[in-house]
Amino acid sequence: MSLKTFSRGGVHPPEHKLSSGNSIVELPPPEVAVIPVSQHLGAPAKVLVNRGDQVKVGQLIAESAGFVSTNIHSSVSGKILKVDHFLDSSGYRKLAVQIQVEGDQWLETIDRSDDLVRNTVLPAEDIRKKMLEAGIVGLGGATFPSHVKLMVPQGKTAEYLILNGVECEPYLTADHSLMMEHTAEVFSGIQILMRGLGVEKAIVGIENNKPDAIKKMSEMAAGSAVSVQGLKVKYPQGGEKQLVQALLKREVPSGGLPIDVGVVVFNVGTALAAYEAVMKNRPLIDRIVTVTGKSLEKPSNFRVRIGTPVSYLIEQAGGLPEDTAKVINGGPMMGKALPSLDIPVVKGSSGILLISSAESRRKELKPCIRCTKCVSVCPMGLEPYLLMNLSEKSLFERMEAEKVMDCIECGSCSYTCPSSRPLLDYIRLGKAEVGKIIRARKAV
Amino acid sequence: MSQIIIYTIITLVAIGAAAAIILYFVAQKFKVYEDPRIDEVEEVLPAANCGGCGFPGCRNFAETLVKSDSWDDLFCPVGGNEVMANAAAIMGKEAIEQAPKVAVVRCNGTPEFRPRVTEYDGAPTCAIAHSLYSGEGGCPHGCLGLGDCVVVCNFDAIHMDPETGLPVVLDDKCTACGACVDACPRDIIELRKKNKKDRKIFVSCINEEKGAAAKKNCSVACIGCSKCFKVCPYEAITMENNLAFIDSEKCKLCRKCVPECPTSAILELNFPPPRQKEAVEANKTESN
Amino acid sequence: MNKFIVSPSPHAYTDESVPKLMYGVIISLLPALAVSVWFFGIGMLIVSTVAVASSILFEYLIQRYMLKVKPTHLDGSALLTGLLLAFCLPSNIPFWMVMIGALAAVGIGKMTFGGLGNNIFNPALVGRVFLFISFPVAMTAWPEPGQWMSYTDAVTGATPLGLMKEGLASRTVSEIMPELPSFLNLLMGKTTGSAGEVSALALLLGMLYMMYRKIISWHIPISILVTVALFTGILWFANPDRFADPLFHLLSGGLMLGAIYMATDYVTSPMTGRGMIVYGIGIGIVTVLIRVFGAYPEGVQFAILIFNGFTPLINKFVKPKRFGKEVKHG
Repeated sequence: MSLKTFSRGGVHPPEHKLSSGNSIVELPPPEVAVIPVSQHLGAPAKVLVNRGDQVKVGQLIAESAGFVSTNIHSSVSGKILKVDHFLDSSGYRKLAVQIQVEGDQWLETIDRSDDLVRNTVLPAEDIRKKMLEAGIVGLGGATFPSHVKLMVPQGKTAEYLILNGVECEPYLTADHSLMMEHTAEVFSGIQILMRGLGVEKAIVGIENNKPDAIKKMSEMAAGSAVSVQGLKVKYPQGGEKQLVQALLKREVPSGGLPIDVGVVVFNVGTALAAYEAVMKNRPLIDRIVTVTGKSLEKPSNFRVRIGTPVSYLIEQAGGLPEDTAKVINGGPMMGKALPSLDIPVVKGSSGILLISSAESRRKELKPCIRCTKCVSVCPMGLEPYLLMNLSEKSLFERMEAEKVMDCIECGSCSYTCPSSRPLLDYIRLGKAEVGKIIRARKAV
Repeated sequence: MSQIIIYTIITLVAIGAAAAIILYFVAQKFKVYEDPRIDEVEEVLPAANCGGCGFPGCRNFAETLVKSDSWDDLFCPVGGNEVMANAAAIMGKEAIEQAPKVAVVRCNGTPEFRPRVTEYDGAPTCAIAHSLYSGEGGCPHGCLGLGDCVVVCNFDAIHMDPETGLPVVLDDKCTACGACVDACPRDIIELRKKNKKDRKIFVSCINEEKGAAAKKNCSVACIGCSKCFKVCPYEAITMENNLAFIDSEKCKLCRKCVPECPTSAILELNFPPPRQKEAVEANKTESN
Repeated sequence: MNKFIVSPSPHAYTDESVPKLMYGVIISLLPALAVSVWFFGIGMLIVSTVAVASSILFEYLIQRYMLKVKPTHLDGSALLTGLLLAFCLPSNIPFWMVMIGALAAVGIGKMTFGGLGNNIFNPALVGRVFLFISFPVAMTAWPEPGQWMSYTDAVTGATPLGLMKEGLASRTVSEIMPELPSFLNLLMGKTTGSAGEVSALALLLGMLYMMYRKIISWHIPISILVTVALFTGILWFANPDRFADPLFHLLSGGLMLGAIYMATDYVTSPMTGRGMIVYGIGIGIVTVLIRVFGAYPEGVQFAILIFNGFTPLINKFVKPKRFGKEVKHG
């Protein structure tokens, strides 16, 4: 098939898909699980349990606390040790439920069989309800509560469901492996999402470095309303705005959402989770995480319980290499560097990447030579050199005028800069300050 | 030759005179009336244009002073009581005296007390490090040591100590304008009452975590044990969110609380060494 | 085990760097350098060596002793400035003049503005114009090609553009053309002129190399050359006796050097593709205006300097194409 791509900017970081082709290994639960109550965008969930309570796998331990919020379930069975503040990937201590794992007892309502359940007659409202109950959020990393995304706002119509099977970040192979090993379930999940959204057309976008996934998904979807489209390998093809533009040639307006052009985008992992939630009554209690790194003994794709400490995953992948200096939650372009290994895997953790000390430090800072490379790689048509300059001088109103809020924080600019300037650091600061200004303005 | 010179001089003088006359009339026609007292008040202000008064520049503050009836909320921290008295004299008012203040850095997390457990490699500003994680020392309320407070000071009154990684305020230069207070993303710097001989007693910690969590990162953290609160004879100490706070207006500098603190979180600065007990080792001593 | 390093994303970087880019440009200049040494011999070697060495030396001295900052003289930018300066000088100019030019280029054109990245005007051109104004006679005596062993004693002549300008006062274009080098010679570089500007072919090869290495984009050189071609084309079409043909204009003088190496200087050119096209068109127009209607036979250096001054304005008003239209808030 002919490959599509997005029209503006983009970079080509080396792919390093070290764990590609390694089949998913299901990890047993850890000894102690720490489950944060905020693993999603929106209001943190409200804790329902107390110290000393016994819980089973799949049991609700914190409930949705607002319109944009969702439920949190226990991913293990055992006794609750503490409801306290623990270090999470935000770099700060946040409220979480710590559970001493005892056995592996699941709620009886959960269907744990491998049978493929096909039932597409559930009405849209019920689908959304089941997804809220199951605590499903976007597993691509943004963790937006999925049941909210399925609700089309007044005055807008949804025409297409787009599935993000792009996985443009180097090193990560979680989505690749789930498309290969759970093809039927993903496909069923897509149909569920289509029904929940009320659309009749769906497109799965997959980058061309996964030809086997393109082939398998195409075969599964043959003859259905779901089509599969191959995409050129270019970062950040997986950004939803870039994906919508590549697949449908529609540009999401500045400050808008994909629904403004009739589209809703979900990650393929979310489709799988939707299938499991709706068809198997299984809440979101685990996910596929790629554990990888050049010095790592066994780069792997693990199916991991939410709340498992990162240290456990690394052990299972062969142990922490001697020369490790950076541990990243996510991929190298947008992932978050972790200050410690005692941090739990959460719903948005797509990968753990270990980087050696030789590659961990930034190069020496040089002055901006105005080479325009950052401008030419920015997929949103912004001018990173200017935004950094304005941010350094705290000229935040001017940053808003220069459309800093359109920035998707993909990191292409900092990646490319020959002077190693921390462009994205300052742009992020500017976005936070401009966000404050906008909120203050709206409050008036 | 001299003819040319004479003609040149006449022409230039004529142009100059014409320009002067035109400018005079234009200036008169477009003149904006301003209360002449604004100029007078502006004269007595320090002309630092630092914004410490809360207004953009000394001229703007002068305008506000002249136009306002009540000066209750108006004060120039840089000029202090003397300048306010002078300005009040021009306006025929009575200036209310305010107690002078000084900026105090409420963190004592040196590498000795708060070991650095990670290395930060991002852009060297506190704002960015703060948004990324709790910092090299691990304490989410601790000083990040990257100098946003230093950069913003107009009076050269605050510098980073490279050994401790903490900012040091020069009391004689600090005007309590509040710029560093605003710049610190963790609100570690506080404007406290300035005492004679620059003596200070304050809780050098703003950590609101429970005691055990706070101590995990830093050995001189306030653990909220309330021992200081119990011993203060002037009710100057309050406990809130696992943190003790000494009100600088109420504190009489009796120093009873200092030896009580089990983590040495309360610092006494610029005092003679205490007569009773051995000197508390955690005290930071400043050179006068 | 060592402490973990924590920094904001991204955690991967290209291996592109400032020295790599600078040295890439220098490599692309090697064909032109070879051609100019072939035609201008030892004079060119001396001028380029002195220019390069003085640029690097002055940058080091100024940074270390006057500004008291860490010297960056070896990052390739001073070398490039020196080389480009040498390319726009006649190969018979005495070495001390070259040093003054280098001092003007690096000291005035670059360091006074704050060093690399902060200058408004192209440093090599600042140096050249400084010399042009200070030593007009030395700077307009152009050695003829082929004098291998001559330096300051080289025999000089007028450049093709100079001959054209002078000749047009009394004769028509077709009368002057036979006295000028053939198009092949203009292309290859066998003509009187400044050391580096002569071989259009070598310069074009350099341009292709830089585009392949993604050091420059097509926008500036192509928009300048196309504008010059169109403008002179229109004039020549209107009156072929008064105005020389576009091919002559494209191949002679410092246009190729200016369009490919001077105007494309990162620091002094606009930051967006559209802005670069505006800049290129402007330079093209002003170059032709000076060449055809102005007092000097060659206008490209002034045109570039003028538009260097316009770059901040172009950057202010010409923004890249943003992704997504503005959302109207109803």
